[in-house]
Amino acid sequence: MLSVSALCTEYVGEHGQAIRAAQDVSFEVPPGKLFTLLGPSGCGKTTTLRSIAGLEKPRAGEIVVGSDIIYSSKQGVFVPPNRRGLGMVFQSYAIWPHMSVFDNAAFPLQVSSKRIPKMQVQERVHRVLKVVALDEMADREATKLSGGQQQRLALARALVMEPPLLLLDEPLSNLDAKLRERMRFELKRLQRELGITTVYVTHDQSEALALSHSIAVMNAGCIEQLGSPREVYERPRNQFVADFIGTTNFIKGDVAAADGGGFYRIVSEIGALKARGVDSLKTGEEVVLSIRPEDIELSESRRDGENIYAATVDQKVFLGEFVDFQVMIGRRSVQSRAHPSLRTRVGEPLFVRIDPDKCVALKATGEWAYE
Amino acid sequence: MPSTTTLARAPAAAVPRLAFDPKWLVIGACVAITVYLGIVPLGFLLWQSFFTPHTAAKAAEFTLGNYREAYASAETWALFWNSLKFASGTAVLAFFLGTLLAWMNERTNTPFKALFFALALIPLVIPGILFTVSWILLGSPKIGLINLALQKLLGTDAVFINVYSLWGMIWVDALHYSPMAFLLMTAAFRAMDPALEESAVMSGARVWQVVTRVTLPLVWPAIFATLLILFVRAIESFEVPALLGLPVGIHVFTSAIYQAVHRYPSQIGLASSYAVTLLLITTVGVYFQSVLSSQGSKYATVTGKGFRPRQIDLGPWRYLAVAVFLVYFLLIVVLPFVVLLWSSFQKFYSVPSVEAIQRMTLEPYRTILEHPSLWRSVWNSLLLALGCATLIMLVTSVICWIVVKTKLPGRWLLDNIASLPMVFPGIVLGLSIMILYLYVPVGVYGTIWIMLIAYVTRFMPYGLRYNTTSMLQIHKELEESAAMSGASWATTFRRIILPLLKPGLVAGWIYIMIVSIRELSSSILLYSPGSEVLSILIWELWENGQYVELSALGVMFIIALFVLVMIAQWVGSKFGIKEH
Repeated sequence: MLSVSALCTEYVGEHGQAIRAAQDVSFEVPPGKLFTLLGPSGCGKTTTLRSIAGLEKPRAGEIVVGSDIIYSSKQGVFVPPNRRGLGMVFQSYAIWPHMSVFDNAAFPLQVSSKRIPKMQVQERVHRVLKVVALDEMADREATKLSGGQQQRLALARALVMEPPLLLLDEPLSNLDAKLRERMRFELKRLQRELGITTVYVTHDQSEALALSHSIAVMNAGCIEQLGSPREVYERPRNQFVADFIGTTNFIKGDVAAADGGGFYRIVSEIGALKARGVDSLKTGEEVVLSIRPEDIELSESRRDGENIYAATVDQKVFLGEFVDFQVMIGRRSVQSRAHPSLRTRVGEPLFVRIDPDKCVALKATGEWAYE
Repeated sequence: MPSTTTLARAPAAAVPRLAFDPKWLVIGACVAITVYLGIVPLGFLLWQSFFTPHTAAKAAEFTLGNYREAYASAETWALFWNSLKFASGTAVLAFFLGTLLAWMNERTNTPFKALFFALALIPLVIPGILFTVSWILLGSPKIGLINLALQKLLGTDAVFINVYSLWGMIWVDALHYSPMAFLLMTAAFRAMDPALEESAVMSGARVWQVVTRVTLPLVWPAIFATLLILFVRAIESFEVPALLGLPVGIHVFTSAIYQAVHRYPSQIGLASSYAVTLLLITTVGVYFQSVLSSQGSKYATVTGKGFRPRQIDLGPWRYLAVAVFLVYFLLIVVLPFVVLLWSSFQKFYSVPSVEAIQRMTLEPYRTILEHPSLWRSVWNSLLLALGCATLIMLVTSVICWIVVKTKLPGRWLLDNIASLPMVFPGIVLGLSIMILYLYVPVGVYGTIWIMLIAYVTRFMPYGLRYNTTSMLQIHKELEESAAMSGASWATTFRRIILPLLKPGLVAGWIYIMIVSIRELSSSILLYSPGSEVLSILIWELWENGQYVELSALGVMFIIALFVLVMIAQWVGSKFGIKEH
């Protein structure tokens, strides 16, 4: 449905220097899927989205929607944003304060190059307002809407012209936490029901994991990893992805030997252990292990299996649904997440077990500052 | 869900590629107008000051003679010195008055403050020429009412106040500009967060340490900027030097330019060299002012939003403060208006007395309403004000969109060019436009169009200012979402930008209407029979000695302007506040 290839976009910074916002970005979004561009602020995700929208003019690359080339540096094609016919929801919602709810949603139909009869405009606007449950408020002034309602109106406006592609620029970031969670489900339901191809930009990893069919994790203008939510969470390709998505422990080590089946024996800061390698690794190579806190199992009695260590509780924080432990394995502090039923006190000994399949060995890049 | 299938997928919009976007036509036209108006008159003025007069016998030649003549003569240095004294005196006095009033209004518990704030703005409505004339009627040594009243009261024949002097000129001009100083300093006081001073006190600073280490460094840019604005305004002002200075031979640059043009044969070269000098002075002033105000915004970022300034309890002194307000209001509104009103009911101007009261008549009103050029002037004034306000607001809205919303290279230059007329004193602008259209025979010289050009040029910076303030508040995404909805640039501008700009557009439009109706100093060099405006009519009445008719016209003029401002306020409150 959407195909972006070798996209490069630059913009001019405050002091006139060219800032490379997106570099060689390529991805495909199949019809009806929700694709997320995820990354910290300044990683180029919004620039990429705006390049698809046509609000930013890329320097090179090609963007194809369906069978239409909307941008191609080779063929010299740049379709202006108002002729791309894409739907977009902005971070600020960009609801026009001088219009009513109806007028906001009707605007795309009113300015359309094909004349659409008034009756049809009425009908289509009411239908789309019904989809976002705002049909009762059509005559209200747009400024009188709450944050969540404005968000839904922005969505209605983006959907009213039945675009082939929907672009969402951090649509939930202006809502408070409770509402954000509700809208997340709402958005997912709508997208799945309408089956509309969607590109979603966010810096919130939990949003990305919850909503997406696939995720591109971006950093410094480049895509670091492309995959399903589970893939990027459980098999991060590098330290950046492992660190940006979720919480993790980074532990330094060296490869001692290959163990077959993609596993390796590692000599690490916390002792010898078995880990899964993302790439193939050579003996003696420096690696960094990424282990999620929930994959570090704690118990007061010693259990059987691999990767078992004795530890002492250094600190613990009770958070209701779970308890965060800081445990010392030797001289190394490791974070672990446990069920609240584990009541071991600070200073007391316990045992740690790490499933080798959940312990990911990444090539040490050295440039990533980790704790 | 019935809509599932219909909303799902439609073919991507067809993509006809336009060879030419009509938006460039609009943008190009606006940029061309701005650049033409901003740069060409200045260029012509400079060019003209280096040439000898063009006569039938001899073509114009390059010369430095105008400058040599201008700067070699002791007269010019006297002119320079007079202008400096007049402008600095006016600036300092207006600043003192304005600051005192602003401080009393913002930081003390003087009673009736809200009322005084409204009253202090009334004088902004009164045209300079009427204010000056009424002060002649009040403060002339022979017929001035203040002198006569005091002489009668004290039984002497000493002259207490003489407006026909440098000090008189400073007094009248400073009174006239004091409301502006009041407004600027009110803004400065409001922008100063008292928490900054309070935290200095909490850090253990003594009062004088607070004042010297915190308060003064913070308000210094505002003080200096206000003084500069007032200085520039004073050195540009024409009415006071022309009416009060010329009769007694006190010349400043503006009145000297007027005289040089109106001499026979007119000495346009000399006038131009004076004008260039004056332009240099105002340019320096405006430049430093803009430097200061950009510095000021640096300080403004420190301020919080909804702070309530701590107020100083004046105790019994607050009655003195009320008295100060009353005297000020008397001097600046009541007395000038009353003296005009009085004289407008007389057949010939005479000082108030029992016989004069008995002779009161509506004759002047009848005469002025039957004056052959009255209705034409009113019509011209209205036409010019409406045309120039509308044109400016529309053109500057596009200019301001380019400057604020696009990343076009050179947009800062456009901004500066559109603001350039700010440095033009009215009379200098009038002179340059006069010269320009004398030499370029496009048929506007001697018509109302030349005045429209002058007004649009002169007030363009105000339009830009009002539009910029509004434009900065329009989030970029409001426009982008219109583009994503499929709207063209023109549709977006008409249906999104202009409606959202409305508060600024309406406010700026009204402000430009008012200042255009009052405009005199450019018009004085550009009008010709048939294209008079109201302020010119008043000027002519003064020249002809028709004081009572002038007063009658003045009274009606002030009332009409007052009503206009009231309507403007009402309209503003109806349309202005509907933002976000």
